[in-house]
Amino acid sequence: MTGPKLDLGPVLADNRTKIVVTCGSGGVGKTTTAAAMALWAADAGRKVAVLTIDPAKRLAQSLGLEELDNDPRRVDIELAGEGGELWAMMLDTRRTFDEMVAAHSTPERAAAILANPFYKVISTSFSGTQEYMAMEKLSTLAATGQFDLIIVDTPPSRSALDFLDAPQRLSSFMDGRMIKLLATPSRGVMKIVGAGFALFSKAVTTILGGQMLQDAAQFVQLFEDMFGGFRQRAQATYELLRAPGTKFVVVSICEADSLREASYFADRLRAERMPLAGLVLNRTHPPLAKLSLGTAEAGADKLTKGSPLTAAVLRIHADRLAVRSAELHMRARFDRVHTDLPVIEVAALPSDAHDLPALREIGRRLTAA
Amino acid sequence: MTAAQSRQATAEPSQPDAEASAWTADCRRARLHVITGKGGTGKTTVAAALALALASNGRRVLLVEVEERQGISRLFDVPPLPYEERKVAIATGGGEVRALCIDVEAALLEYFAMFYNLGFAGRSLKKMGAVEFATTLAPGLRDVLLTGKVKETVTRTGTDNRPVYDEVVMDAPPTGRVVTFLSVTEAMAGLAKRGPIHSQAEGVVRLLHSPNTIVHLVTLLEDMPVTETLEAIEHLREADLSVGTIIVNAATESQLPARAIEDAAAGDLDIAKLSAGLKKAGIAASPEMVQGLATQAADHAVRVLDEADCREQLAATGLPLLSLPRLVDGADLGGVYELADRLTEQGVV
Repeated sequence: MTGPKLDLGPVLADNRTKIVVTCGSGGVGKTTTAAAMALWAADAGRKVAVLTIDPAKRLAQSLGLEELDNDPRRVDIELAGEGGELWAMMLDTRRTFDEMVAAHSTPERAAAILANPFYKVISTSFSGTQEYMAMEKLSTLAATGQFDLIIVDTPPSRSALDFLDAPQRLSSFMDGRMIKLLATPSRGVMKIVGAGFALFSKAVTTILGGQMLQDAAQFVQLFEDMFGGFRQRAQATYELLRAPGTKFVVVSICEADSLREASYFADRLRAERMPLAGLVLNRTHPPLAKLSLGTAEAGADKLTKGSPLTAAVLRIHADRLAVRSAELHMRARFDRVHTDLPVIEVAALPSDAHDLPALREIGRRLTAA
Repeated sequence: MTAAQSRQATAEPSQPDAEASAWTADCRRARLHVITGKGGTGKTTVAAALALALASNGRRVLLVEVEERQGISRLFDVPPLPYEERKVAIATGGGEVRALCIDVEAALLEYFAMFYNLGFAGRSLKKMGAVEFATTLAPGLRDVLLTGKVKETVTRTGTDNRPVYDEVVMDAPPTGRVVTFLSVTEAMAGLAKRGPIHSQAEGVVRLLHSPNTIVHLVTLLEDMPVTETLEAIEHLREADLSVGTIIVNAATESQLPARAIEDAAAGDLDIAKLSAGLKKAGIAASPEMVQGLATQAADHAVRVLDEADCREQLAATGLPLLSLPRLVDGADLGGVYELADRLTEQGVV
């Protein structure tokens, strides 16, 4: 029934693995998994950087990430292996965008762009910007050659894998056709789209305000000659993701919604011919005692009065078996669709993992295959 | 008199301890229930369960989805919802739940149609990506459209001049975005300063800040969702939006006797007692089995204590807590009905 087992140890220890990207829906433990893999690889003697998006406060603290800081910082801990180093950073979307603009234009032009109010909208709230910038940062870090391995956590995009489309979407949005039409609606536009557009343009101008459209038009002008550079860069990032040194790891919990997303990720990554290592099935509940549900329940009923403690322990076991049976059912449905996708189950820890011992324990479980 | 009003009139005398109930008088007065929560906390499932619970006793409730995710249709096992109100479930007691998935593009065109006669041009605009463009240029526009549509459903009246819906439950954006979403005033500041669009938005602001609207926060008893919930409550209060309840989802029910929890969590469960108990039940247990059972009990106890910690932090807000169990078989239609029953048991009417 179950497919091949995902063996992450060799993947993380292999010198040829340069980049690991974790993806999955929100709340499945993606960031923790990324951090645990990074710590494991650092313990194995590699120089590792982990790029996180929005870590839980306590996890961030144990990685020494007190604030948004757009450059990796060395995590001050004792590692198991010789020569290993662990570096961590939290992505600052806006700053990454600023740096990208600065790298692709003259200082005067960059200053004009950063001052444009419309740039603020694009660099902070355009959907997909965060994904785009995570990949941009990855590119920059990879180019420095400073690290043996970079592990990237991706934003919990609802529309999974937005980061693959983001550069494309952003540049098609910004190629400015629509902005030009709206900013100068008089020039022969009527011929193209008819009278409806004039009305629409009037309506948009009414709600957005003329100033906003002018800012937008100025922004596009300033940006125009940077597009070539952006496209090239986006293409290079895409190639980097497809390179043999990159591995994708999909993370999911054993629940229908999360597995549906994982399924989509797996299909999409394969369709794009991205190197997919496998699925981490996180926070599962394998029973730790071999005792059937019937026996446990019967025992619990019998002992409720006389030995409440043992009855409770048996009930906990029975509950765990019920949860496990639902998990196995979910897993079987998933496996039927993705027969050859390697999977590793990581049993749930009793508490949220936010300190180094807990991360090491997850690392052990991830590489247990 | 609307059904909502008549219910209130009759509910108070029959429930003398209504004030003590988690479902406060403010909750009972509200007609728009806004459900938010961190991603992954089961916000949509809880919104659906609340709609079902409110629809009991023959009332009509609308469940609105604003993020174009089709989570509601998946949950109720119906085809993807068009931009149209559809009946999705009948509640215990004969009430009905209708659902609406707001399509921003359609809402924008509908919105323009209120002020301009766009005619057939709408379709070609859609093809050009004009709507995505406009909502990207001004992210606030999206929120204005969505809240505007919700207001329309809350205030809509039938031919008998009564509200069409007794209550509207909105599956709102997650905690991180909900305050911006509900602060339509701010969004409007960057848009129109006067005119029909301005006054329309003002009506929305009035509704959201009136006793007719109340926000509920869904959370798990885990670090991150609890932190986000506490932050969101602070921001909602600053924005003068009223918060009704915190709905704890997927809570662990403690199985262990209260006095054994601390020991169990510390890994000091009385193994001899456990072995003796197993023997009494006729279970031949190897030392490994006893150890395994004890470890499971320890995990359970740690979990229970962590959750109690989280619960304490939530209770410190002074807000009433509603509590829902973890659904072992996942959130399907049967699960939604089960959760609705649990809400009813805790006083949701």
